[in-house]
Amino acid sequence: MSDLVTSPQFKANARSALADVDLQNALKHVEVNFIAKRREVADRLPEFERLRDSARDIKDHTLAHLDLYLEEYERRVVESGGKVHYAVTAQDARTIVLDICRALGARTVTKGKSMIGEEIGINAFLEAHGITPVETDLGEYLIQLRHELPSHIIAPAVHLTKEQIAADFRRAHVGLPPGRDLTAPTALLAEARAVLREKFLAADVGITGANFLVAATGSSIIVTNEGNGDLTQTLPKAHIVLASIEKLVPTLEDAAQILRVLARSATGQEMSVYTTVSTGPRRAADPDGPGEYHVVIIDNGRSAMLGGEFRDMLRCIRCGACMNHCPVYHAVGGHAYGWVYPGPMGAVLTPSLVGLDKAGHLPNASTFCGRCEEICPVRIPLPRLMRHWREREFERHLSPATLRSGLRLWAFFARRPSLYGFATAALARLLRLAGRRHGRFRWLPFAGGWTRTRDFPVPQGRTFQAQWRARSRAR
Amino acid sequence: MSARDLVLGTIRRSLGVTGAEAPRRRAVEDRIAGHPAGLVPARGQGSAADKLATFVRMLELAAGTVARAGTSAEVPGEIAAFLRRHNLPMRVQRGADPLLAGMPWEREGTLEIDTGKPDPASLAAVTRAFAGVAETGTLALASGPDNPTSLNFLPDNHLVVLAAKDVVGDYETAWRRLRETYGEAMPRVVNLVTGPSRTADIEQTLILGAHGPRRLHVIIVGDAE
Repeated sequence: MSDLVTSPQFKANARSALADVDLQNALKHVEVNFIAKRREVADRLPEFERLRDSARDIKDHTLAHLDLYLEEYERRVVESGGKVHYAVTAQDARTIVLDICRALGARTVTKGKSMIGEEIGINAFLEAHGITPVETDLGEYLIQLRHELPSHIIAPAVHLTKEQIAADFRRAHVGLPPGRDLTAPTALLAEARAVLREKFLAADVGITGANFLVAATGSSIIVTNEGNGDLTQTLPKAHIVLASIEKLVPTLEDAAQILRVLARSATGQEMSVYTTVSTGPRRAADPDGPGEYHVVIIDNGRSAMLGGEFRDMLRCIRCGACMNHCPVYHAVGGHAYGWVYPGPMGAVLTPSLVGLDKAGHLPNASTFCGRCEEICPVRIPLPRLMRHWREREFERHLSPATLRSGLRLWAFFARRPSLYGFATAALARLLRLAGRRHGRFRWLPFAGGWTRTRDFPVPQGRTFQAQWRARSRAR
Repeated sequence: MSARDLVLGTIRRSLGVTGAEAPRRRAVEDRIAGHPAGLVPARGQGSAADKLATFVRMLELAAGTVARAGTSAEVPGEIAAFLRRHNLPMRVQRGADPLLAGMPWEREGTLEIDTGKPDPASLAAVTRAFAGVAETGTLALASGPDNPTSLNFLPDNHLVVLAAKDVVGDYETAWRRLRETYGEAMPRVVNLVTGPSRTADIEQTLILGAHGPRRLHVIIVGDAE
């Protein structure tokens, strides 16, 4: 799936998203639900803001000592009987997973929700090699049936209506009575639960992501609400954990600090239903659990990010709060961003991972309203990082020629304040004169991008600078 | 060069370090050995009775239900009452936990106890939590033959026995209890459970019982000391 990058077509994607009635109906839930719920639980915990500082500091400390924490972590995984594999690239990671599956003769693999799994495109790869991956998180299952990417990092199917889901179930779940009633969400869930229960019991290997890797104990931690991740990792012969290098935290105490801001920022819960700390494979006396425990530690460009201006992005704990609060995400949804990570965090991360030439539009899709930075639980300065990308895009001449010459023209005037004042006043007067009949323009030369979708108002009175000068003088 | 060396090498180059610097090594060793607690919210603190009250309030907020038993001898009766209330078959699975094993199950004549391998078809299971965390109403359960972890997820109804004295204020204290029991080596799995399984993946409608239990019922034994 990582090959299917449509980020270069962001504008076209956004335009069709705006015209998609089902999508627009589905997106209404994001703005209303997530923001209010987060607010409520954050307000209920007086220490919340200070916990955000604490979470940020833990992440910064870990990143500054990442090489050493990785070594500590690895040592303890091995001590507890697990295996650690390092993957430099997405391709390395895919091959490691395939080799483990093949060694076990695996035919079906269940999967817990994992963004790094989406990033490396593990499903398509396994499928191409004759192994059937089954997503077990309900949202991931829904989009797997449609061969889509997630449109949200914690609510992957947030773009779908229940009617679309019912239609997919009728198509995919053959053998069930065609006349069955699938109008209620509870009926849809009951059917998915029954279908997936069979898959859990039949799977040879279970793959999950990790919210944290704990250096002090050699443990991986997953956080879920459905319990699918636990069935995925408990029932099969082997458990494979996919985790990128920045998931490390030093201790269980540090994980607890971050857990206190994670669920509250993500779903507006005090705590997610299941937080599971796993250490190694099944022990001698255990009646259940996987016989093998593998951790694939994936770099895929992150170790290089550590050295540059995008290091702050590696604090991200994938809560999704930035997209929940983003006016651009509310308008166009996640698929418009054209890859696995949407919203403000995606606009910063995607260019690092797939290249600025492909994803240069994304950092531009922001009003810089600053809400994402205001609510980010680990205080990532997302607008500043988007601005870094914009600067690089300009430096590398990746922005369109019209934009560049427009900016050059503007810069010519902006460097000459008196000329600027004179020209803007003259232009305002001209527009006022030309538009006095209707009070607005339906079309203007050189402003087609504006007037195609809305009218341009006729300037009222004097320019801002002239008014400012007058006011300062009066004071 | 191995993938491991490549990854660690790039990290070190990015950080401008060699990995041999003594102060960095000491910082990491100290942090792991000392595992300092960070900021602990006041919500879970207070007297034992306060903690218990907060635990119950937060658990109910997360859609869990609570029953109280004076002594562990009353637990089988509470379990039978739960099964009857929800019209369930009088059958429950459990592991080898000594506290559970020592309960007078024979008093509930019709109640069948299954201590075999975790059965995907069973409708109710009972496990014991080693701690309850007041600040969010969270149960902490450790895997093993005493309380197989799949019993926390497979059945529709998850019943949990928790001693009132095991209710602690915060996660940090739960980790301390864990270390007191297991030393530095962790049990294979520690499950922190806060309410019954749920999903909001269909039009953000909250529905209980996604893949795990539809009901989480906690029987608190004894009183806050």
